[in-house]
Amino acid sequence: MSSATLDFSRFVRATARSMLRGSRAYWLWLAFLGAWIVLGVVAYLHQLNVGLFATNMVDQVPWGAYIANFTYLVGMAAAAVMLVIPAYVYDDHALHDVVVLGELLAVAVLMMCLMFVMVDIGRPDRVWHFIRFNWPSSMLTWDVIVLNGYLALNAWITTYLVFTKFRGRTPDRKKYVPFVFVAIVWAVSIHTVTAFLYGGMGARAHWSTAILAPRFLASAFAAGPSLMIIALGEIRDRMGFPVKDAALNRLRQIVAVTMLINLFFFFSEIFTELYSFKEHATSMRYMLFGLRGHAKLVPYIWSAVALDVFAALVFVSKPLYSRPKVLRAACAAAVLGVWVEKGMGLVIPGFVPSPLGEIVDYTPSFTEFCVSAAIWAAGALVYTLLLKAAVPIELGEVRMEKAS
Amino acid sequence: MSEQEQGSRRVFLKVLGLGAATAAASACGSSAPTSEEFFRQHYKKLTPEDKKRIFAKIEAETLAKTGVRTHIDDPPPIEGVEFAYALNLSVCNGSRRCVEACARENNLPDDPEIRYIRVLEIDMDGGVHLDDSNAYYDGEKVPEKKKFYLPVQCQQCDNPPCVKACPVQATWKEPDGIVVIDYSWCIGCRFCVVACPYFARHFNFEAPNVPPERINPNQGYLSNRPRFKGVVEKCTFCLHRTRKGRMPACLEACPTGARKFGNLNDPNSDIRKILETKRVYILKEELATLPRFYYYFE
Repeated sequence: MSSATLDFSRFVRATARSMLRGSRAYWLWLAFLGAWIVLGVVAYLHQLNVGLFATNMVDQVPWGAYIANFTYLVGMAAAAVMLVIPAYVYDDHALHDVVVLGELLAVAVLMMCLMFVMVDIGRPDRVWHFIRFNWPSSMLTWDVIVLNGYLALNAWITTYLVFTKFRGRTPDRKKYVPFVFVAIVWAVSIHTVTAFLYGGMGARAHWSTAILAPRFLASAFAAGPSLMIIALGEIRDRMGFPVKDAALNRLRQIVAVTMLINLFFFFSEIFTELYSFKEHATSMRYMLFGLRGHAKLVPYIWSAVALDVFAALVFVSKPLYSRPKVLRAACAAAVLGVWVEKGMGLVIPGFVPSPLGEIVDYTPSFTEFCVSAAIWAAGALVYTLLLKAAVPIELGEVRMEKAS
Repeated sequence: MSEQEQGSRRVFLKVLGLGAATAAASACGSSAPTSEEFFRQHYKKLTPEDKKRIFAKIEAETLAKTGVRTHIDDPPPIEGVEFAYALNLSVCNGSRRCVEACARENNLPDDPEIRYIRVLEIDMDGGVHLDDSNAYYDGEKVPEKKKFYLPVQCQQCDNPPCVKACPVQATWKEPDGIVVIDYSWCIGCRFCVVACPYFARHFNFEAPNVPPERINPNQGYLSNRPRFKGVVEKCTFCLHRTRKGRMPACLEACPTGARKFGNLNDPNSDIRKILETKRVYILKEELATLPRFYYYFE
């Protein structure tokens, strides 16, 4: 066995040991996530058994909570570049220290994306049929390719950096920097392709807009770094990782701009649709004001707008964002606001009215809720375990014993 | 690690193990595909021998399950034939006979209800506005005054957005213009349902249940053979009939003669005469889907 292989098996064992070592709070957290996962597994088995009838999806609304979550999370994964670009392109040292934590988040989130696609598929036993993929015409095929590619890139970069640190060596720039730059472009591509899934649907006027991909990116680059601000705060408090205030501040500057751009795009879209009162604006009218007595989405979308506006106000006003608690609340508002805006504000209204003019309201079923919650829990579990493996190595607490 | 911590870890692992065991048990349940079904190749890869074997197997399964002796066939497209449909909106009276005949012909389930044809009731004074249409009108009262009826089914587009959307090539356009689905290849992602501008594609949200007395024994592999939970299906212009020179079931059932069907390439066909003499229009022309389904008033 070569020394690298041998070292890697030591690395695997050391990280596994780190994952199995933790405080009472750590085990409670894992048990909490585990309970949700078990609930979700049971719900999913029920769904496998009776079919997607267990969801509230129907022919008129053929995609629901699963694909909405998927769409949102692709953006969260792409948002890792909001750490990577300042760190690698502009040499922001404070962010460079934490960039690997952002890339690990991307890995966990991508796993959630793939899980959300899997639970949405009517025949998961046939996933291998992708061997006959429809490329280049199907956007879904593109999505599968770019998502797995992005997962591979981030998995390589993070594993390489943490493993090198574990071995006590200096990383060879040639072995990861090119991948980092490829990943920057790739990140933009994953959310663009996901937007094109929708934008390419001529049948659905609500999505048939050129601003869809830019809107997707803007909202993701607002919600993603907001989540990172919260996560980095937790990692600093709970794991003792030295996250510099400068890093959090830079992320706050980023979300201040991206959230404003996001709101601006949204406003532009509302204006274009509603001012001329086109027939194509029916979905927009349904979403914002309700249509023919159907108004299920109205409270969701206005809450999303309120959350986004609140977040934007905090991000730009110094007296507000300089209080850590207010900043965290604003970040949570951005994460939640964009989540609602993408699901209830973008995916669902695209189906209303149906191509033949029917209005069918949709909200997730209990099964959909349980399965979705379980996938979120699984994502949190993966991220927790990845942090548990990587942070002690990054801190220098765990490193390879010099071979005797 | 304290003893307590070890304890909570053990419980956690135990709970996880329980979940995995249930998962394994369910995978072996009744709904799991057999290994032949699991490994079955894409339709276009099947040899004549494969087809013979698979058809016999499906027939045997139907017999065992329902006691009905069925016959599965796979008529190929006829060379030089391109099918098209025309519908006279001036005479359609909204009886929905076509809907029911289609359901019986194509072995569509009643519970959950799947129907390939959807008849819309529209006010006469407002033009053809789908957004103001009503698909749930009372079938006993037709035809109502000042209303007209617009039956919509798969338009068999020449530029089908559903085919473009499918990530695994489970659906395609045949040389005679009919868009078909390989039900054994469809992964059930429903991207085609999202892509279709005509609400023509329907997903089996649960296992379809057709009572034995309602099973049509004359079946086509790419049309009305048994379907199952988790796949998409649609109108195929009754290809198991039309490729053998018969008319689609919806046309035969129509009490008013509103429906005309035929070969576009035959200059003497009804469909050609209608296209040449009537002012026809297609649904959602602006989407450039190029439907093979024409509507006209006279």
